[in-house]
Amino acid sequence: MKNMLVVTSGIVAMILSTATLAGPREDLLAQYAAAAKATGFSAARGQALHTQSFSGGKPDTPSCTTCHGKDTRGAGRALTGKTIEPVAASVTPTRYTDPAKVEKWFKRNCAEVLGRECTPQEKGDWLTFVIGQ
Amino acid sequence: MRIPYRPLAIGLVTLAFSALVLARAQAGDRHFFAPVADPVVKEECGSCHLAFAPSMLPARSWQRMMGELDNHFGDNASLDAATAEKITSYLVANAGDAGGQRYSSKLLKGVAAGAAPQRITELPKWVSEHRKVPDWEWRHKEVRTKANCVACHTAAEQGSYDE
Ligand code: HEC
Ligand code: HEC
Ligand code: HEC
Repeated sequence: MKNMLVVTSGIVAMILSTATLAGPREDLLAQYAAAAKATGFSAARGQALHTQSFSGGKPDTPSCTTCHGKDTRGAGRALTGKTIEPVAASVTPTRYTDPAKVEKWFKRNCAEVLGRECTPQEKGDWLTFVIGQ
Repeated sequence: MRIPYRPLAIGLVTLAFSALVLARAQAGDRHFFAPVADPVVKEECGSCHLAFAPSMLPARSWQRMMGELDNHFGDNASLDAATAEKITSYLVANAGDAGGQRYSSKLLKGVAAGAAPQRITELPKWVSEHRKVPDWEWRHKEVRTKANCVACHTAAEQGSYDE
C-alpha cells in the first residue's frame, strides 16, 4: 500500500513537472499570437521557414538548417564546428522554456539567415513546428 | 541522532587533501588551462564554440572583446549590459595576467606588453605549438576552423590540452 502511494505520487510529480515545463512555451506562443494578431500558427509554415534558403542574410548561413541540420531530431553544428543539441522539443526537453533565451537566438539567427528580424508570426510558426517534432 | 563527528572529520580531511593534490597537479601541468566555471559565462560564451579558458588571453584582450560583441568575428554576440559586465569581470579576474602576475600561462609568451590580441589562435606561442599540424588536418571537415579546439583536444572542455 505504502509502495503504491509512493509510485502514485511519483507519477503525479512527473505529470506536474511536465505540466510546468509546458507553461513557458505556451506563454511565449500566446505572446507571439497577440503581437502578430494571428488566428493561429502553422507547423507547415514553420517547417518551410526552417528549410527555406534565403539570400538576405549572410552568404554562409542561407537557412536555419545550415546550423540546426536537416533532421530536427538530430544534432546540428555551428560554423565553428561546435555541436548543437537537436531543436525537436521531444529530443531536447529543456528547449524553449526560457523566453529570454528564445528571443535572444531568434534575434541573432534571423539576422544571420534572413538579414532581418523574424516577425511574431514567423516565430510562432517555427516554435509550433519544433515543439511538435 | 548522534552525528558521527570522527568519520565526518576524516572524510573532510581526505577530501581537502585530494583537492590539494589535484590543484597542485593542475598548477604544475603546463597543458592545463582552468575551464570556465561560471554557469553564465559557460552559457553565453560556450554556445557557438567552446567557452575558451580565460587564462589564454590577457585581461586587456577580454576587455576589448567584451566592448565589441556586436561585431564578434563577424557575428553578433551582443548581450544586455548587466550580463556583459558580469562576464567581463569573470574573464578579467581569471585572465592570463590576472592579479598583476606576469603571464601565468605559457601561451602568452611573446605577447607585447600593451597588446590586446583577440585570437588565441594567433598568439605566437599558439602558432608555434601548432606549426607541425599539417594543412589537410585544418581543412578536415571535422575540424573546420582552428578555433574548434575540441576536434583535436577532446578533453578541452575539462581544461586539458595534453593530447
Ligand atoms: C550560425 C548558426 C545558426 C543558424 C544559421 C541558426 N541557428 Fe538557431 N541557434 C544556433 C545556436 C549556436 C544556438 C544556441 C545553442 C543551443 O541552443 O543549443 C541556437 C539556438 C536557437 C534557438 C533557441 C533554442 C532554445 O533552446 O531556446 C532558437 C529559437 C533558434 N536557434 C532558432 C533559429 C531559427 C528560426 C533559425 C533560422 C531562421 C536559426 N535558429 C538558424 C545557431 C544557429
Ligand atoms: C553567436 C555566436 C557566438 C557567441 C555567442 C560567442 N562567440 Fe566567440 N566566436 C564566434 C565566432 C563565429 C568566432 C570565430 C571563429 C572562427 O574563426 O572560426 C568566435 C571567436 C572567438 C574567439 C577567438 C578564437 C580564436 O580564433 O582564437 C574568442 C576568444 C571568443 N570567440 C570569445 C567569446 C566570448 C568571451 C564570448 C562570450 C561573451 C563569445 N565568444 C560568444 C561566435 C560566437
Ligand atoms: C587540428 C587539430 C588541432 C586543433 C583544432 C587545435 N589543436 Fe592544439 N594542438 C594540436 C597538436 C597536434 C598539438 C601538438 C601536441 C604536441 O606536439 O605534443 C597541439 C598543442 C597544443 C597546446 C600545447 C600543449 C602541449 O602539449 O604543450 C595547447 C595549449 C593547445 N594545443 C591549445 C589549443 C587551443 C586552445 C585550440 C583551439 C583554440 C587548439 N589547440 C586547437 C592540434 C590541434
